Amino acid sequence: MTLTQQDIDQEIAARHAAYEKGVADGAPVEHHPRRDYPPYRSSVLRHPQQPLVAIDTAQDPELVELHSPAFGERDITEIDNDLTRHHRGEPVGERITVTGRLLDRAGRPVRGQLIEIWQANSAGRYAHHREQHDAPLDPNFTGAGRTLTDAEGRYHFTTIQPGPYPWRNHLNAWRPAHIHFSVFGAAFTQRLVTQMYFPNDPLFRYDPILQSVTDDAARQRLVATYDHSLSVPEFSLGYHWDIVLDGPAATWIEEGR
Amino acid sequence: MPKIDPRSPEHVLPTPSHTVGPFYGHALPFRGGEDVAPLGHPDTITVHGYVLDGEGNPLPDALVELWGPRPDGTVPQTGGSIRRDPATGGYLGRNGVEFTGWGRIQTDPDGHWYARTLRPGARGQSAPYLSVCVFARGLLHHLFTRIYLPGDDTALAADPLLTRVGDRRDTLIAGDEGRGTHRFDIRLQGEGETVFLEYR
Repeated sequence: MTLTQQDIDQEIAARHAAYEKGVADGAPVEHHPRRDYPPYRSSVLRHPQQPLVAIDTAQDPELVELHSPAFGERDITEIDNDLTRHHRGEPVGERITVTGRLLDRAGRPVRGQLIEIWQANSAGRYAHHREQHDAPLDPNFTGAGRTLTDAEGRYHFTTIQPGPYPWRNHLNAWRPAHIHFSVFGAAFTQRLVTQMYFPNDPLFRYDPILQSVTDDAARQRLVATYDHSLSVPEFSLGYHWDIVLDGPAATWIEEGR
Repeated sequence: MPKIDPRSPEHVLPTPSHTVGPFYGHALPFRGGEDVAPLGHPDTITVHGYVLDGEGNPLPDALVELWGPRPDGTVPQTGGSIRRDPATGGYLGRNGVEFTGWGRIQTDPDGHWYARTLRPGARGQSAPYLSVCVFARGLLHHLFTRIYLPGDDTALAADPLLTRVGDRRDTLIAGDEGRGTHRFDIRLQGEGETVFLEYR
């Protein structure tokens, strides 16, 4: 039997209610999605069933995971963060600029770290061979970029507003428009891959991937803010999105980070 | 999310993780991502294996990242894993001389991955290991694990993590296939499920 959106909606609502009740009864707030989230069908066979083994990083400050791969200016080029300039012509769609800061849990800027993004084009199609959505490809848009955070932890991208697209989780499954982010921190333990969404998207409530973040406040943190002061006259609309990395780092060193 | 005010620590809350999805292939993998070891280095080892789901089927859309120290145990802080050419914007890749310690590998259509890196040295209380981060479609939050190498039974027996996980320790120790080649399968679920880690 084909799963409908209504089936998925009911599963999402049941998990949300169970989470809310748990928190009301004293369970901790969950900042991240559970890996086991059946409304997102692909998670069913791909989540561990054994509890994770916790490592107390304070016990051994020599752990490899408390360091991080280093990236620098030679890992990027000047236009890597402007996805509208990667081909000879202008991409189709609404130009946007996306900026924000990369912070750690103590609110400190995470400097000089690599941020990579990828996304669909304005018609909702990825430049990926296995993508089967029949929306048009844009010869002037590949949808992949990278940058390094600056001394204040700031990043900046110029790109095209991605379109929503269908996927095959269930009948009539559509993903809200989003940009994928891959982020490094000062420690390998801070590694993050996530997705940024756009404000007021009517598809939010129907999407099991976004709804896998069951905590309302945590889910809101995935949505960028439209900021008119970031819009570039005659050119692009501006969005602000701050990113906070979880996980421990070895030591808090004020200088040189 | 409005701008975060770092002066109010109670508002500095983590950005939730999300799946890498199926279409990261045109953005994250890069040519030479698996060739971490400098060319011809005598301490080069090969690690390889499959990423498998709960039914034992290999994942063609997983991404494995490795991070390891030099053979003397020091941690490289060397950039240039994904060197770019500022003149043409083209991809230069690793220079084959410097060791950055970091690799990124997409599983192939058969769910197989491999990396050539340097044999890691021991640090702190641990036996030598490579640190691993696994991403995949369907995996909403990446998974950390470690690849310990066989050979030094004394060091492995004294390792704090291997001691703690009891009879699951074998999932963290690569198999020796000779000539510096080691097999390490990553089982996301079910029988022989790999030990996955969280750091506090």
